[in-house]
Amino acid sequence: MATLVNHPSNEAAPTSPAKENVVEIRGLKKAFNGFEVLKNINVDLKRGENLVVLGKSGQGKSVTIKCIVGLLTKDEGSVKVFNEEVSDLSDEGLKKLRTKIGFLFQNSALYDSMTVRENLSFPLTRVLKLKDQAEINSRIEEVLEGVGLLDAIDKMPSDLSGGMRKRIGLARTLIMQPEIMLYDEPTTGLDPITSKEISQLILEMQKKYKTSSIIITHDMPCAQITADRIVVMNDGEYIAEGTYKELENSENELVRAFFK
Amino acid sequence: MAEQAIPAWKKTFEEAGSQILFFGSFLRNIFKSGFEWSEFIRQCYEIGYKSLTLVGLTGFIMGLVLTLQSRPTLADFGAESWLPGMVSLSIVREIGPVITAIICAGRVASSIGAELGSMNVTEQVDAMEVSGANPMQYLVVTRVLATTLMIPILTFISDAVALFGGFLAVNIDGKVSFYLYFTKSIAVLGFSDIFPATIKTVFFGLAIGFIGCYKGINSNKGTESVGLAANSAVVTSSLWIFVIDAIAVQLTNILAYH
Repeated sequence: MATLVNHPSNEAAPTSPAKENVVEIRGLKKAFNGFEVLKNINVDLKRGENLVVLGKSGQGKSVTIKCIVGLLTKDEGSVKVFNEEVSDLSDEGLKKLRTKIGFLFQNSALYDSMTVRENLSFPLTRVLKLKDQAEINSRIEEVLEGVGLLDAIDKMPSDLSGGMRKRIGLARTLIMQPEIMLYDEPTTGLDPITSKEISQLILEMQKKYKTSSIIITHDMPCAQITADRIVVMNDGEYIAEGTYKELENSENELVRAFFK
Repeated sequence: MAEQAIPAWKKTFEEAGSQILFFGSFLRNIFKSGFEWSEFIRQCYEIGYKSLTLVGLTGFIMGLVLTLQSRPTLADFGAESWLPGMVSLSIVREIGPVITAIICAGRVASSIGAELGSMNVTEQVDAMEVSGANPMQYLVVTRVLATTLMIPILTFISDAVALFGGFLAVNIDGKVSFYLYFTKSIAVLGFSDIFPATIKTVFFGLAIGFIGCYKGINSNKGTESVGLAANSAVVTSSLWIFVIDAIAVQLTNILAYH
């Protein structure tokens, strides 16, 4: 049975006593040019879980995860990551926090003037300040082997297919060994077979690197493969929460519509 | 009327404020540790070396045409011997720096605006920021410093090629030795001609790089905005080149003659 998570902003969302929350969002509001995209978002991400956020396009799913990583600033409410309010962090604090968060963009966002190797070494040399080329190469090769694309190491992003770009994008975020992964529509624009491969890969990587993940999608097979828990978003609010099976049989017609 | 005027003014002030903040951030990031030397050198190559042919050719034609156009008038006054000096003063003080900067505004500012604009649209700038890296340091500081360094060097080369173009123009129907022509060209140039002209090219370079980066990084998230960023970068930086030139000429006159 799905439970609503649309709590008043001051109330706590239901939490599991067994696992700590790595992300806590309460009463999040965000508007663009007077149009309120997020009206009242309350959600938690527990350590080690895969949380899938379902919703129609333009409902503010991506805005929510961009608020988590500090790319967008909230208008109202609270966004805490590892018990730290994101908006209260200094530039250095935010930079430090971001090293613990991986973000896979919808279009992979690979640096198109760099080879795959340079894309992967970029955060290692700039953020972790690694100098030892042997260590950098071994980390790059390890993570590329993990996503099955070691052969593409010296290719340019323009030489890669959509699925390969997603894998490299995933490798570039995983190379920093983040504790939280945020996936912005990881299977959009891919054929069903590649979508399934990417979804399986997300699951494998979560097990290997023990990450907690928020996966924004409207691809139901992806949700079915990856989700420990699903929240459904509509009109700037979360309207239902539960496992895939619970939501499949939801009484809410809008929620059921996703599963048809 | 008043209701329409207020948002327009507000927008202008917001834009000005945003540019000041962007410039402040650029200055702060120059001195942060981890300067991107390899990217800076790559940008110097992209901006300097790859503009060389265009700037050289423009300079050559500039010198040639200026000499051919001036020669009949000077000949009428029997002052043909002043031709090398006049051409050299015009080129070094004004035409060389301004034309080179305008050419570079078209080639470099548009390319920076389009490149950063497209990186913005495809979320590459966001990806850089989210990874904990510093896009300001990697993308903006390197490009702005590269233009600031390369435009004076390109202007120097353009001036030299323009003088050579002038020499060839003089020799179309006359015989002047290379040595004599360049001795006469350089003899008229003083410190007050070369120094202010060089200083203003530094500011031209700064304006070209800064405006290209600002327009690119602050473009909207649509494909159309890439074209707009490139276009706006060229128009705004060209305008700034003339504004800086006007200020530089005024300052030079005040400092040199008062």
